[in-house]
Amino acid sequence: MSTQVATVGTIEKQISLPLTEAIKIAFRSLKIRFWRSLITIGGIFFGIAFLMSILTSTAINGALLEGGSAQVRALLEQKGTDAEAGVQQIWLVTLSLLVCAVGITNAMLMSVTERYREIGTMKCLGALDKFIVELFLLESAFQGLVGSLGGVILGCLFMLLSSMSSYGTEPISVFPLYSVLEYGAYSLGAGLFLSVIGAMYPAYRAAKMPPADAMRTEV
Amino acid sequence: MSEEQTVTAPEPKAPDQPNIVRTRGVKKIYRMGTFDLEALKGVDMEIKRGEYISIMGPSGSGKSTLFNMIGALDKPSEGKVYIDEVDVAQLDAYELAWLRCRKIGYIFQTFNLIPVMTALENVTLPMIFAGIPTDESIDKGVGLLERVGLGGRVQHKPLELSGGQQQRVAVARALANDPAIVLADEPTGNLDRKTGREIIELLRELNEENEVTIISATHDLKMLDVSDRILWVQDGKIERDQKREELDLDVGQLEHDEENTIE
Ligand SMILES: Nc1ncnc2c1ncn2[C@@H]1O[C@H](COP(=O)(O)OP(=O)(O)OP(=O)(O)O)[C@@H](O)[C@H]1O
Ligand SMILES: [Mg+2]
Repeated sequence: MSTQVATVGTIEKQISLPLTEAIKIAFRSLKIRFWRSLITIGGIFFGIAFLMSILTSTAINGALLEGGSAQVRALLEQKGTDAEAGVQQIWLVTLSLLVCAVGITNAMLMSVTERYREIGTMKCLGALDKFIVELFLLESAFQGLVGSLGGVILGCLFMLLSSMSSYGTEPISVFPLYSVLEYGAYSLGAGLFLSVIGAMYPAYRAAKMPPADAMRTEV
Repeated sequence: MSEEQTVTAPEPKAPDQPNIVRTRGVKKIYRMGTFDLEALKGVDMEIKRGEYISIMGPSGSGKSTLFNMIGALDKPSEGKVYIDEVDVAQLDAYELAWLRCRKIGYIFQTFNLIPVMTALENVTLPMIFAGIPTDESIDKGVGLLERVGLGGRVQHKPLELSGGQQQRVAVARALANDPAIVLADEPTGNLDRKTGREIIELLRELNEENEVTIISATHDLKMLDVSDRILWVQDGKIERDQKREELDLDVGQLEHDEENTIE
């Protein structure tokens, strides 16, 4: 053990939390609450899957209308399938994303509330408010990433298969890879964005508390 | 109790040391709906570098509130707290974090270890905040855990440790960045007598070997044996400031009383 005694007088500023350490801590907190994290991830997963389904089906139908056989085009026009997403669909997507955001905020509020003591302790050990926010945002972003990625893949695959069940192999031959990838990126971005926004308020509220209050809070 | 009297009186500390903690007119008022509760009613005190101070007083007298003020864990409603003659209220967020990280080590009645981290990770966390490289912090963390007698338990999670062992981890964590002050709020409150005595003994050794200033709020009369000075808190005020030498007569009586109370 070091026998060095802290020097008298000065108070300095340098305090750090390397990103790798922050990621390690955030990841472990998720692991320990595995089932809860899984439910949050599930909420994002289905919300983004819904978004991706609508976007993919729009893209595939558009490609079929452009490059498909006369037969398929006739079928599509007969059904009245629009290449553009309709107002109704936009409304459904918006709603599902809102549900997603509320679900994430709720999950983060819970995970913050049950950890007030831990947050207070970390601040006693020298954590800056922004470390606390960073840790919670990392947790949430990770959940958002996993959930959205899964949702994008599910939504895309499901719509491709459903289109193939109606039009045979044609959706594959005209598959609009570029626009589907683009929509996938949008959906992923939306999932991540919602996760971070949803976690912002709970994380900020937790970080602002004086350590004494945070450690008194019993849940 | 006399046969387990392993704790001996420390040498009186040099009185010419600088003040490490000083408070002036510290008040704390908690707003409780319609009325205000004045938990501290104007506390003035000085603590010298290297002293071992016990803050004694009945439950609800304001010990923990005072602990939070000295430790910069809460803001006083009125008055000033100086650490190393720096007014804590003037510090910005970074300086405050630095103070909590490097200058003060905290020990709590409820241990407050981070449950998802191992003993070693709990001890290295303050070193990570202090920017110490990982290898170095691990070496030092293991050293500290050995120092508190937990060398064989570095990879255990808090829930796999007994109360006494958890408090040892907390002591090691409090020492991680070689603080000038160790603040303890009833460190023996959740421990049995023997374990409590071991923790007190450990704190005393730190005080003597590393010249760490120890400030401990406590009900535990065993603490009196090792303290240089006792601040008696009553109803939000310091009622008596007593040096150890002035205490001997009273202690005999108090310990006698303690033996007769059933815990
Ligand atoms: N956050 C708070 N809000 C309202 N009242 C508080 C708060 N913290 C403390 N008090 C009140 O302030 C007074 C002093 O409390 P404090 O916790 O400092 O006592 P204590 O001496 O540490 O007691 P104990 O020995 O039981 O720990 C008590 O009357 C308590 O109810
Ligand atoms: Mg108390």
